[in-house]
Amino acid sequence: MIKAKKNYWVEIENLVLKPNERASHLPEDTKATPLMMWIKGFLMDDEADIGDEVSVKTLSGRIVKGRLVDINPRHVHDFGNPVHELLEIGMELKENK
Amino acid sequence: MRDLSYDAVMARKNEIMKNALGIDYQIYEYGKIAFDYERMLRENSYPIDKIQDIQRETKVGNTPLFELKNITNLVRKHSPAGKGARIFIKDEAANASGSFKARRAAISVYEAQKRGYKGVIAATSGNYGAAVASQAAMRGLRCIVVQEVYDSRKVGQPEILEKARKCEAYGAEVVQLTVGPELFYMFLRLLEETGYYNASLYTPTSIAGIESLGYELANQVLKREGKYPDAVVVTNAGGGNLTGTARGLIKSGARDAKVIGASVDLTGLHMASDKDFNRKSFTTGHTGFGVPFTTTPDRSDVPRNAARVLRYMDRYVTITQGDVFYVTELLAQLEGLERGPAGNTSLAAAIAIASEMDQDQIIVVQETEYTGAGKHPMPQLTFAKSNGIEVRRGDSKENIPGKNIVIPHGIDQIYLKDFDMMKLRRDYIRNITVQKDIYEITEEDLLFLCDEVKLGKEDVLGILESLNVKVQQ
Repeated sequence: MIKAKKNYWVEIENLVLKPNERASHLPEDTKATPLMMWIKGFLMDDEADIGDEVSVKTLSGRIVKGRLVDINPRHVHDFGNPVHELLEIGMELKENK
Repeated sequence: MRDLSYDAVMARKNEIMKNALGIDYQIYEYGKIAFDYERMLRENSYPIDKIQDIQRETKVGNTPLFELKNITNLVRKHSPAGKGARIFIKDEAANASGSFKARRAAISVYEAQKRGYKGVIAATSGNYGAAVASQAAMRGLRCIVVQEVYDSRKVGQPEILEKARKCEAYGAEVVQLTVGPELFYMFLRLLEETGYYNASLYTPTSIAGIESLGYELANQVLKREGKYPDAVVVTNAGGGNLTGTARGLIKSGARDAKVIGASVDLTGLHMASDKDFNRKSFTTGHTGFGVPFTTTPDRSDVPRNAARVLRYMDRYVTITQGDVFYVTELLAQLEGLERGPAGNTSLAAAIAIASEMDQDQIIVVQETEYTGAGKHPMPQLTFAKSNGIEVRRGDSKENIPGKNIVIPHGIDQIYLKDFDMMKLRRDYIRNITVQKDIYEITEEDLLFLCDEVKLGKEDVLGILESLNVKVQQ
């Protein structure tokens, strides 16, 4: 597995509130889960593996501690699959002219 | 070391907010429930010409107004004889950062800089984050955006993931959280830790920033057509878009333009539910925000919300998720404008409303938003399908939020559902009195309520009587 080195762009995770520390009046499903937080930044430690407690410097200049969960995290969102229900709309509009 | 537990931070809320805004809301309070709305706005924002100057400095405003002739023609084909108003659209995607939200961010970030704050923080999963990040970049301020983005499996809405990317593109730090109202707790912690300005969506500056939108569009229509628009449709969630636009219309002189709110109907989905979170395809502009903020505006991150839609709204309608995806296709394929779906909520409503109006009337859709990966009908419907939502063509009436998305076969299958405005007004009055155990108010409070719900004294007294609330003599 790749090791993260100092100044790598990484993502860290923190548990902010345990289920029993969360706000009252939450729906049952949410109440059963912890409030989690993810932040990205430049690694400040010399070297780290996934799962290690590390510090990062964020884009606003803050220094934040957390568990390393990703190295060079990719933006995974995209344009999705072709959606037939949408593709046919253009054809209908032309045919009905 | 300060206590960072949930209860301790929430208990410091007022102090944190006062430091993060520099507004003492207390001085505007009077009576038992009232506050001086106009004075609060006057003393904490700017006149319209100054607003426009500030926005011009940072690439905001003066967006194009387009007539949607092909969509209007389609509406007329499906309307009774003589019906089918001309539809215009304000292309707000042209603002720096790609949405009308830049208007509010421009003034808030200007204010932060003027007051000497080193940075700004916004709590938002929407376009507002990118808007604040973009404005902060131009003014050389640090920026943090706090998002509610993931469910407990760390699966995020593609639309929100895209907004995180955009915030980073403008140099902002993005703090991403799982579902839950404790986003506000984290927001307070960050304000306290950094001493940054709260670029809230609900401050006087944030609302004043949108006044230029109503003002501009009214003057654009006047200049081109020699008259003001007959109706303006505004997507309604937290209320700022509608409140600011309506105030701008009034300031331009377009007092008779009907202001119509529109939201996507998400009835039945719980906004704070881990499971429901990814069963919707719209992250804002829906009834999950629109209704509670209409009837209880003071539920935001500031003590008194400057967005108060019942003061201005003439009509409030809903349409479905499927309707919005359909009209997003119409806008691209008939008008050559590819824009984000969420911004087309008001367009879907306008298409149905136009067919009730006369052909010589003008209806304006007052926004568009940028589109891109994640923020587009294809990825949003792909995501819906992967979360077990059925996507199919059919009559809009078959839409069930959280179960399916039914895309209509034509515009004649887009149906408006009207809220009962009197019921909304009554709910508002109940929430601000009985719900807070207040059964007696003053004469001043009564006049305040008349302004708050746009009703005469007799009507408000009638509602109060039905709620067993007395007015002190």
